Amino acid sequence: MTAVESVDAFAARARAWLADNMPRLEPDAPSRAGRGDEGAWLRARELQQRLYAGGFAGICFPREYGGLGLDVSYQKAFDVEAAGYEMPLILNVPTFTICCASLLDVGTEDQKRQHISAALRGEEVLVQLLSEPGGGSDLAGLITRADRDDQGWIINGAKTWSTSAFAADYGLLLARTDPTVPKHDGLTMFLTPIHAPGVTLRRIEQVDGSDEFCEEFFDGLRLDDSAVVGEVNKGWEVAGRLLFHERRAVGRGSEFASGRGHERSEDSYADYFTLAEDSGVAEDPLAQDAIGRVLARRMVRDCLVEHVASAMRDGTLPPAAGSIIRLFHSDVTFLQVDTAMEIAGPLGVVDDERGLLKVGERYLSRQTVALGGGSDEMARNVIAERVLGLPREYAADRGVPFNQVRHNEARNERRQPP
Amino acid sequence: MTESSTETELFVATARAFLDRHATLSQHRALHSENRSVDPAWWKQVAELGWTGLLVPEDLGGGNISGSGLHDLAAIAEQIGHTVAPGPLHPVSTVLAGLVDADNRAEHAETIRALVSGNAVAAWAVDEPGRTFDPHQPTLTATAAPEGYRLDGVKDRVEAGAQADLLLVTARAEDGLRQFLIPSDAPGLSVQPQRCIDLVKRYARIEFDAVTVDESSAIGHSANASALIDRQCQVAIVLQCAEAVGILETVLTMTVDWTRDRYSFGRPLASYQAIKHRLADMTMWLHACRGITAGAVDRVAARATDATVWVSAAKSYLGEHAGPIVQDCIQLHGGIGVTWEHDLHLFLRRITLYRNLFGTPSEHHRAIYRSARSSGPAA
Repeated sequence: MTAVESVDAFAARARAWLADNMPRLEPDAPSRAGRGDEGAWLRARELQQRLYAGGFAGICFPREYGGLGLDVSYQKAFDVEAAGYEMPLILNVPTFTICCASLLDVGTEDQKRQHISAALRGEEVLVQLLSEPGGGSDLAGLITRADRDDQGWIINGAKTWSTSAFAADYGLLLARTDPTVPKHDGLTMFLTPIHAPGVTLRRIEQVDGSDEFCEEFFDGLRLDDSAVVGEVNKGWEVAGRLLFHERRAVGRGSEFASGRGHERSEDSYADYFTLAEDSGVAEDPLAQDAIGRVLARRMVRDCLVEHVASAMRDGTLPPAAGSIIRLFHSDVTFLQVDTAMEIAGPLGVVDDERGLLKVGERYLSRQTVALGGGSDEMARNVIAERVLGLPREYAADRGVPFNQVRHNEARNERRQPP
Repeated sequence: MTESSTETELFVATARAFLDRHATLSQHRALHSENRSVDPAWWKQVAELGWTGLLVPEDLGGGNISGSGLHDLAAIAEQIGHTVAPGPLHPVSTVLAGLVDADNRAEHAETIRALVSGNAVAAWAVDEPGRTFDPHQPTLTATAAPEGYRLDGVKDRVEAGAQADLLLVTARAEDGLRQFLIPSDAPGLSVQPQRCIDLVKRYARIEFDAVTVDESSAIGHSANASALIDRQCQVAIVLQCAEAVGILETVLTMTVDWTRDRYSFGRPLASYQAIKHRLADMTMWLHACRGITAGAVDRVAARATDATVWVSAAKSYLGEHAGPIVQDCIQLHGGIGVTWEHDLHLFLRRITLYRNLFGTPSEHHRAIYRSARSSGPAA
């Protein structure tokens, strides 16, 4: 390219390229996007490889790391063009928008050159390894250790609730490197291979039968200094970058996401109409009221996301306002799940030829949305303390060296899958 | 910052300054205790500020600030919510929305100018006694007569019905829906004020007993009456929603401040997690109310084909959430919150009034259901 290409010219080139190279979405057959499905990840890598080969990967990532080095207006224009095509959406979160974005902020030159490029080529998937079996919302209270010896670092401990780690190559792992200082001051972030000696991975089977989440056990995994992201004992700052980028991604405010479609299509209008007809209540005013409420709530959600994300961009709301969007996803999901259950009635709990038992089964994992990515209660704390500026909760471990703080025992036993 | 956004900010700031001076909560209480609704001189000032002309094109004496009169008007409605100001801005704007969209609007240019200048007030007579909000199914009849039409029937809960100089009446004629703009002192017309839950808003029941109107008082024709009524509903409802957003913001800010300042067991109320979590939920609901209202305003302003569905979503969501938010704010205030002396009830009254007029949440849910079911999956 000699001169700078205009957004319009870029969009026109993308339009032509997409038509020739990317599969079109079939409205009636939603593309495979389940994160628990190995095939979906292979498919995403393949699509990403196509984007890279065509020169449309990493539009907002710098050129030296394999991107195009363009501003967000080009990404937005590309998203418009890509709307009717199958895109590797599951790579957006966390690989591009959280992990690569954070590496770009705080990674070493080598880490950026190696990992951002590999991810853009569709050769590498990254995850976050943060939560632990012994911890819940208290992330900084984690107990996975990284001990230093002559040859480098030795990792021991366990991580959990990592989305689709089975399909990933590397993880950003937060570990305790100094237990003699208050909890936030003794943590370090490592870029860790997932499939390496000393790492055992287990998929977590959830109540609804899905198994996209994983648990990883670390037994003497060895890493060298090149794996450290940011500085030793400054891991909480790096985690802050991850969290910052996660909030932006949730608020659809990340320039590193490519493609805008819904990753999952449980939102289709037809669902509730079919459900009401199958349940024999399509003409029942109460059912119509309940379904209308669900449809309205989805519209409210879309407007809320747009409103809060734009307020975060222009600074009217602080970045912590991403928690408002997070909390609202629980609200919408609860309403959808509960409404379906109400409409299905007995058919949701005892199956017949209409096959509505799936409604009851979905109900069983209703709380998943209110636990993943930080619980609803944590989101409420964040909104209260960092959006409204109300007094912080009392914490018994504030300013206390971590090894003098009471915490849950490390869970060493490995539960075997049934 | 663009020139137009600066101008809009200035317009809104001017509105705020005017309301802070001339529509305070103590003036609200004074109007009530003197059994007055709104001062005509006050209304003239409102017109001079340009609020009445926002939906009206310049060649008819109106004009807007941002390029979208509905956005400007919604911004004013939100400001009105901060002090639950009195005045017939909603009915006048709703009637004007119909008038300027009518194919025979040129014939009504004089009336439009009178409404914009504040010299006349108009009200929309659409609801009927004992019936739910169903603007497309009036039972008031317009029968062909030698002079034009004869109107018979009863309209109910007409905002500013007793104060208005002109009434826009929705009627059923032999050839379908019709709307007529008639003087409120027309022979055969009787007006009966109705008590309402708000302290300064005014509603009336209006009986039409062989009221004769000529064709010149018709607004539009039967072919487009339904579209005009849709537009009037959309404008009326988004103004209510925008005002409710202003109310909620005021009440929630008031409550957050209160919980910070109020000590209990040696701690500020705002330091208790049980209280913080409720305030967090209310903050989320407020932003959701703001978001869906803005979304509805955008679509009505753009005349989107699905604007009515978005308006229903806003109306039902605010209807189900605004009341509970204000009630919970009252709860967090403690006993003072249920006293006449405290201002909270002034806000609760307006919110409650709006919840049940122009369709309840349930009515709008069912409208969304019907619309989505008949149009099928959207994209």
